[in-house]
Amino acid sequence: MKDTETNEAISIVMAGHVDHGKSTVIGRLLADINALPKGKLEEIRARCRRQAKPFEYAFLLDALKDEQAQGITIDAARCFFRTAKRRYILIDAPGHIEFLKNMITGASRAEAALLVIDAREGIQENSKRHGYMMSMLGLRQLAVVVNKMDLVKYDRGVFEDIRKEYGDFLERIGVQPLAFIPVSGMGGANIAERAPETPWYDGPTVQEQIDSFEHREFPSSLPFRLPIQDIYRFTEHNDDRRIVAGTIETGTIAGGDAVTFLPSGKKSRIKSIEYFNGPVKQTAAAGEAPGFTLDTQVYIKPGEWMVKDGEPTMHTGTRFRVNMFWMGHASMIKGRIYKLKLGAVRSPVKLIEVLTVLDATELTTVANKEQVDRHDVAEVILETPKPIAFDTIDASEYTGRLVIVDDYEIAGAGIVLSEVATQESSLEEHIRAREIAWKNSSIAAHQRIKAYGHGAKFVVFSSLDTAVGERFARALERDLFDKHFKAYYLGMENVARGLDADLQIPGELRDDHIRRLGELARILTDSGQIFITSISNVDDYDLKMLELLNSPNEILTIHVGENRFDNFQPTLQLDAESDTAAGIEAVCDLLRAKNVILDYQI
Amino acid sequence: MTHLDKLEATSVHIFREAYRDFKSLVMLWSIGKDSTVLLWLARKAFFGHVPFPLMHIDTSYKIPAMIEFRDRLARELGLDLIVGQNREALAAKRTFPDGVLPRVACCQALKSEALRHTLSGEWPRLRMDPASGQYAADKSSEKFTGVIVGARADEEGSRSKERYFSARDQQSEWDVGDQPPELWKQYKTDFAPGTHVRIHPLLDWTELNIWEYIERESIPVISLYFNQGEGKRYRSLGCHPCTSPIDSDARNVSEVIDELRSGKFSDIAERSGREQDKEDSGGLETLRRGGYM
Ligand SMILES: Nc1nc2c(ncn2[C@@H]2O[C@H](COP(=O)(O)OP(=O)(O)O)[C@@H](O)[C@H]2O)c(=O)[nH]1
Repeated sequence: MKDTETNEAISIVMAGHVDHGKSTVIGRLLADINALPKGKLEEIRARCRRQAKPFEYAFLLDALKDEQAQGITIDAARCFFRTAKRRYILIDAPGHIEFLKNMITGASRAEAALLVIDAREGIQENSKRHGYMMSMLGLRQLAVVVNKMDLVKYDRGVFEDIRKEYGDFLERIGVQPLAFIPVSGMGGANIAERAPETPWYDGPTVQEQIDSFEHREFPSSLPFRLPIQDIYRFTEHNDDRRIVAGTIETGTIAGGDAVTFLPSGKKSRIKSIEYFNGPVKQTAAAGEAPGFTLDTQVYIKPGEWMVKDGEPTMHTGTRFRVNMFWMGHASMIKGRIYKLKLGAVRSPVKLIEVLTVLDATELTTVANKEQVDRHDVAEVILETPKPIAFDTIDASEYTGRLVIVDDYEIAGAGIVLSEVATQESSLEEHIRAREIAWKNSSIAAHQRIKAYGHGAKFVVFSSLDTAVGERFARALERDLFDKHFKAYYLGMENVARGLDADLQIPGELRDDHIRRLGELARILTDSGQIFITSISNVDDYDLKMLELLNSPNEILTIHVGENRFDNFQPTLQLDAESDTAAGIEAVCDLLRAKNVILDYQI
Repeated sequence: MTHLDKLEATSVHIFREAYRDFKSLVMLWSIGKDSTVLLWLARKAFFGHVPFPLMHIDTSYKIPAMIEFRDRLARELGLDLIVGQNREALAAKRTFPDGVLPRVACCQALKSEALRHTLSGEWPRLRMDPASGQYAADKSSEKFTGVIVGARADEEGSRSKERYFSARDQQSEWDVGDQPPELWKQYKTDFAPGTHVRIHPLLDWTELNIWEYIERESIPVISLYFNQGEGKRYRSLGCHPCTSPIDSDARNVSEVIDELRSGKFSDIAERSGREQDKEDSGGLETLRRGGYM
């Protein structure tokens, strides 16, 4: 058995400014190490002769028809080959700025990078931008290939100048290059063979360089972090396991370990590590994608993290400072709701502040920008409506990375620099401003109470199943109405169809629906009515949000059925099975206790 | 972790992302080695279960042993299997074996078109009852918008442009030039309503990896892949009029692996036995733009 076949391929991204010769270097490398299919080189040469155009090594790589027509490589094309030492996947990152997202896709999958610079043209914008992106993406092995040395007569001075200038640039962004290699892709100098034209150079050839890149290790020595993709319960074939599934980002875990789920803070213990069709596992480590069953059943959600007790925990918060780059066609602006993905977390997110925008080529910062434009690298503050758990980049680069989705597309990517402590969330800020500006009615609340014979209140029924909460909510409306009270029931679906019909992505941004319901409650309770609603599947934060939005008026939360809140205490808890009349009686008792309904009236 | 462990973990992760984000998922099963490995990886991801249906597009020109193998495995594993076909073209004898269409056009009709209309639920489909093994008209005409496919990047140049999650527009078209970024483990899993999405958990696997994994996991594969004594075996399976076996002495999985490792095929494309690829210089590429897997 040949070793090269079984050893894992190492993936290397080729980056650099357009036309600096990435494709030529790759093509030449493949030709010189005999990695090309038999006759391929000849076939392309012959085709070029037929079409009377000069042969280009780039043609070798252009597998797609229309690419040859356009003459540019349009995606992170991969190329599989082997040297005597091992197997490779070369990822060609196109140099055009329009293809930045391809470059990023390529680079984020790679373990090492070759960055090509044209000796005659020297360092160009994308030479720097690519270098910067690779450092941000976490690529640590980088070698610089100074190409087209034939065009500068293999002049050592030209090479040294580039080495000095680009080396300084890399140093400023915290990258230590492994080598600078003077080559001619076209002539084959220092690609696989040491070139007689550069007797002054004693570093590696391109082939030697790629052979010496090392595999990235899985970070199993960092604290344990499992982003939970899902909790499965497949009941077919009498399977009663409830399995927490995900791919371990960092660390190790063993059966019996005590774990905490974040941000909910719930706790349990690992009962078993599940893996289909394989030996029973006692431990699992970074990179593996097993499942876990737990000793005690806790209610947790996809998107939470599982961490190990006794190890450093994660940050949980709603505001964080992020260094990110933006690839979206539309700029990132304040006031718009985006989607954030971090580990298995999916959350709405808002841009709160643009701290600085960095010009990646000059490495100068631009202050006073209000938005993040396409291809900007920016330091920003982001906010999620509910706390999420994350690590900062200094603790772990693996669990502090995020992407931002805009209009279904990944438009931004970044790393979390720090948590931002806040006295006030943007919601609290909004409510404070709203209340300051609120013009009070000339009819005082107590006058309404006197006229209507009852106080105002926002009554929220929550349950796992919409129908259950709605049954009680409607019965309460009927009961209060029959007592001649001003009570009004409004279900979420009516809000969604009407008031919320204009929302960006209907049904997806629950927070926005809840926000509008809360604003509506503020108005209706101000009018002196008893406003009743019923919502399903809400969590701690949803209810806190309603409470906040309805303030300064009061809210009553009545939870029906199984309680899955992390900490939230509803004002009243009802059994889902309980008789409607008895339930309503309990609610009326509560309303009496709260002086909404006055005793003497009943 | 071995290289197979890593490939497996990545594929499992992609399966779980797909299952989390797509409501109407289906997995294509061509009965070949790749999609059978894909099936196995689904069972890895979901701990022995396959929580979505499998779909097979039956051109009616498949080698009969393939259909037998399909039905047997589906029953053994209790799979939810849907079968679709271009009944019209077959009834009208508009095919290559009937001498009417060139090969690529035949593939387009019997595979791409059949697939498109079977996925959308426009054309009738059959569904297997795993208990009895009988097929009956599928009562549901659910439109599948997330399609899990066993494409690999090493197979052909055009596939190396793929993403793990790749959108096709309404007509199954594929805009190669404008593909979203995928970075770290974050893939594009948000799509406008109605978008048809292909999911490729096997993108990083090579032909050799597939066989190594078949060996490690003892995955059942059809015997057409092995030399039965005539010194020939299939390396890639398709319709019998357009697929020919290659010269090989490999009689079992481990001999196939040895053969691949020996470098015997390093200059010969895996699909070299598939005639439709040769029709024009970009046969497979043309097919894939039209929705071919
Ligand atoms: N003289 C000379 N020309 C080169 C060399 N390498 C590439 N080129 C030319 O530079 C142009 C761009 O090369 P290509 O590999 O397509 O660049 P890419 O855009 O970075 O992939 C082509 O016309 C090549 O022939 C070299 O080493 N010497």
